[in-house]
Amino acid sequence: MKARVTVTLKHGVLDPQGKAIQGALKSLGFAGVDDVRQGKLIELELATADRAEAQAQLTDMCEKLLANTVIENYRIELI
Amino acid sequence: MKSAVLVFPGINRERDMARAFREVTGVEPIMVWHTETELPDVDVVAVPGGFSYGDYLRCGAIAARSPIIPALRAHAAAGRHVLGVCNGFQILTETGLLPGALMRNASLRFVCKEVRLRVDNAATAFTSAYAPGQVIRCPIAHGEGNYFADPETLAELEGEGRVVFRYCDAEGRITEAANPNGAVDGIAGIVNAAGNVLGMMPHPENLIEALQGGLDGRGIFESLARAA
Repeated sequence: MKARVTVTLKHGVLDPQGKAIQGALKSLGFAGVDDVRQGKLIELELATADRAEAQAQLTDMCEKLLANTVIENYRIELI
Repeated sequence: MKSAVLVFPGINRERDMARAFREVTGVEPIMVWHTETELPDVDVVAVPGGFSYGDYLRCGAIAARSPIIPALRAHAAAGRHVLGVCNGFQILTETGLLPGALMRNASLRFVCKEVRLRVDNAATAFTSAYAPGQVIRCPIAHGEGNYFADPETLAELEGEGRVVFRYCDAEGRITEAANPNGAVDGIAGIVNAAGNVLGMMPHPENLIEALQGGLDGRGIFESLARAA
């Protein structure tokens, strides 16, 4: 089973990279970009075909390694 | 005083750290490879700076899940000392031994220069050789030293005097201009609640002999030797 984990910075955590991207978009003439937040996309291929098991494994992986929950949120999608 | 220095792939300041321990305490530290699962019987374990695992995923994230880490946790839980510098600080926050996180410098630039630090707590095992409020020189070299913690954690750190070092100007003032990375409240180094684990972004191990241009970093190692 394929899965996709999206890791993003929590609200309230400054994202200087997002700010730099926003600045670059502005300098390219893209008006009206109010905010940019950059995150990470992690694609995984799991041995299991059981969705509940996959969900549980991925949650554990996110909590233990894939995200730093001090500063980041994560979202799990099974594909 | 007996010490050990952890070595992870991509770490590059382990010899500087070992040299500082040797020069100041006269005892050669034991280098411990990350795949080990036991630590030697030592007073201090240092987690040095560098770029463990190329900073993949997050700085210090992979190193913080190494086979040696449970032994490091046990060492800290026993009340023995742990010193994390630069990438070592990032690794300690990733293990949860220290609160908060180190984020990309607000400038988005890697900053390599000398800064001033104010010793805000000289009553720790790491800083007893300094005077309270003393301003010291210290080199920094990092791209992700922007300390972040949520407001509750910050209140706890401040309330318990656990902010040990802050970036300051030559007069000891905490200003935006003196803050090299955007760290909240100019925080450069903190200790855990028990006071036996210190993490700091600056490199005291690189200012321990005249050839390096100063001796301001020796105090950390002298303090640890006293505490042992």
